[in-house]
Amino acid sequence: MLELTDIHKAYNAQSHSAVAAVDGISLSVKSGEFVAVQGPSGCGKSTLLLVAGGLLSPDKGAAVIAGQDPYQLSANARASFRAETIGFVFQQFHLVPYLSVRDNIMAPGVALSSPPAVDRAAQLMEKFGISDRSTHLPGELSTGERQRAALARALFNSPKLILADEPTGNLDPENSKIVLDHLRAFANEGGAVLMVTHEDSAAATADRTERLRDGKRELANA
Amino acid sequence: MTIWRLIVREIRHRALNFALGFISVSVAIACLIAAMGLLRADEATTRAILTERETAVAEAGAKLEDSMRKITKGLGFNVVIVPEDQDLAEMHLQGSLSKTMPESYVDRLANSKIVTVNHLLPTVVKKIEWKEMNISVLLYGTRGEVPIAHRDLKKPLLDAVPAGSMIIGHAIQQKLKLKKGVKVKLMDREFEIVKIHGERGSIDDSTVWINLKEAQEMLGMRNLIHAIQALECHCAGDRIAMIREEITKILPGVQAIERGSQALARAEARTAAANQAKESLAREQEARTTLRLQREKFAGTIVPIVMFACALSIGLLAFNNARQRASEIAVLRAIGLRSSQIVGVFLGKAALLGITGALAGFGAGLFVASRFADPAVTGGAVPMPSGQWLILSLLLAPALAAIGSWIPAMMAANQDPAIVLQKD
Repeated sequence: MLELTDIHKAYNAQSHSAVAAVDGISLSVKSGEFVAVQGPSGCGKSTLLLVAGGLLSPDKGAAVIAGQDPYQLSANARASFRAETIGFVFQQFHLVPYLSVRDNIMAPGVALSSPPAVDRAAQLMEKFGISDRSTHLPGELSTGERQRAALARALFNSPKLILADEPTGNLDPENSKIVLDHLRAFANEGGAVLMVTHEDSAAATADRTERLRDGKRELANA
Repeated sequence: MTIWRLIVREIRHRALNFALGFISVSVAIACLIAAMGLLRADEATTRAILTERETAVAEAGAKLEDSMRKITKGLGFNVVIVPEDQDLAEMHLQGSLSKTMPESYVDRLANSKIVTVNHLLPTVVKKIEWKEMNISVLLYGTRGEVPIAHRDLKKPLLDAVPAGSMIIGHAIQQKLKLKKGVKVKLMDREFEIVKIHGERGSIDDSTVWINLKEAQEMLGMRNLIHAIQALECHCAGDRIAMIREEITKILPGVQAIERGSQALARAEARTAAANQAKESLAREQEARTTLRLQREKFAGTIVPIVMFACALSIGLLAFNNARQRASEIAVLRAIGLRSSQIVGVFLGKAALLGITGALAGFGAGLFVASRFADPAVTGGAVPMPSGQWLILSLLLAPALAAIGSWIPAMMAANQDPAIVLQKD
């Protein structure tokens, strides 16, 4: 599902103070697989996730998602590709503050210009236990509810791959478990999950863990 | 979930930002509409003032025409047509004429399309010694007025004198103590005095009027006349030149002179007054036009400045809005919204801002214009094609808002979501 081959990404690449955030990493995540990425701060985890999400073009190497290199596509085609193929979950949730829970969940539908799928949103809210919060704004939700809403949004367009950046970083153990269980379930249903996390307990939910240090892959299977 | 829902929710969430933009657009449109409305109202005021003045001048002109007509008519025959070789000094010094022209001239004139004179009167005028009475008189032979063919018949200024009849002037009556009905002899012909004129203070007081045919026979002037008297029409410009030109075209070999300078001087003065009124009106028109142009120039300067300031204000608000929404936009980009959709989010908001601001600004502009327009002239309402102006406002305001929002929208659409998400 996701094939990252010899990915290089440096910041300020043209200057003398260039910093290699990702330095030749190759990684693959198959359908039905849940992979965790761990490493100290600044080791390139988030950069790798952005490259994998078609948001950050690598300086070198290839990223193939569902058989397509998104960086070979035009900006608009890449955006549509993201909307159809990838779901994002962030540590800060990044819900749109003025949209209700239901509208936030349905936001990816705007990208595909698909007709409003209220039933799909209701189904996801039911699944994540936030049906009673459908008309609430994100500011009125608990952190666990926000992350569940974000997860529901990530699943709205039925993606093939979920990229999660510290999805449990701000959650209590109970909500962390709920989120991780849903990621696990997504993988079990045939989706692919690549999760960046600091937490060993979260990484333990994954099928395998890749460790990074100084932009390089440190260890194969954990 | 649609783009419009996204826009409307964001507007509700950041109401102050929208309100400030709304005020900017409203002010710009209100300024434009008020300026246009006031210019229209000023135009209406100008039209009303000028119409009033024009009416007054026209009425005064009509009165003048009428009084001129009366004056001219009261003056009696004031144009004399005589043979070209007639010495005018003879007429002025002696009141008599010696050169003749065919009587048929008067018929030719009457059957022409002449417009500058009226009341044609063929005459024989000769200073004679009334030997029977031992007195010098001016003998005036007249057959009465000859109607002009292409004109309606007018009441004659001077009635025809029947054959065998005589009319005498006041001085003759006083000197000879003659009375109406008395029979007298003149050049061996007998006449009955049918009328005695009152004192006129002119040569008429020493004039004897008899039938033209008899006068021609008595003076040996069969089918000849000395003069054709006429009444000039009141016409603008150099009347006598016009009369001369017209008459000499019809009757070559004659000359026309104008009499009655005192009355004519009054007429001239009135004409001059009328001309002055017309000139004053023209000056007023020019002054109002200049004022209007100055106001248009002022509006043409101030309105674009206000529009620019408002566009700048909208731009700054949109820029601030785009900065506030950087994270939100990055997430929307991450979940797959295209750049064009992000631009659409900003421009859609600008369109809403423009439409609502246009409606409010249009109303405010009309209100301001009607408040400052002269109610006596406009009846409290601003005379304007409101439909067209509303359409103009509804096109202009969204365009203004879109121009102001364009750069921030492009910045937001082109920002790299990866950079924003990494910062967060």
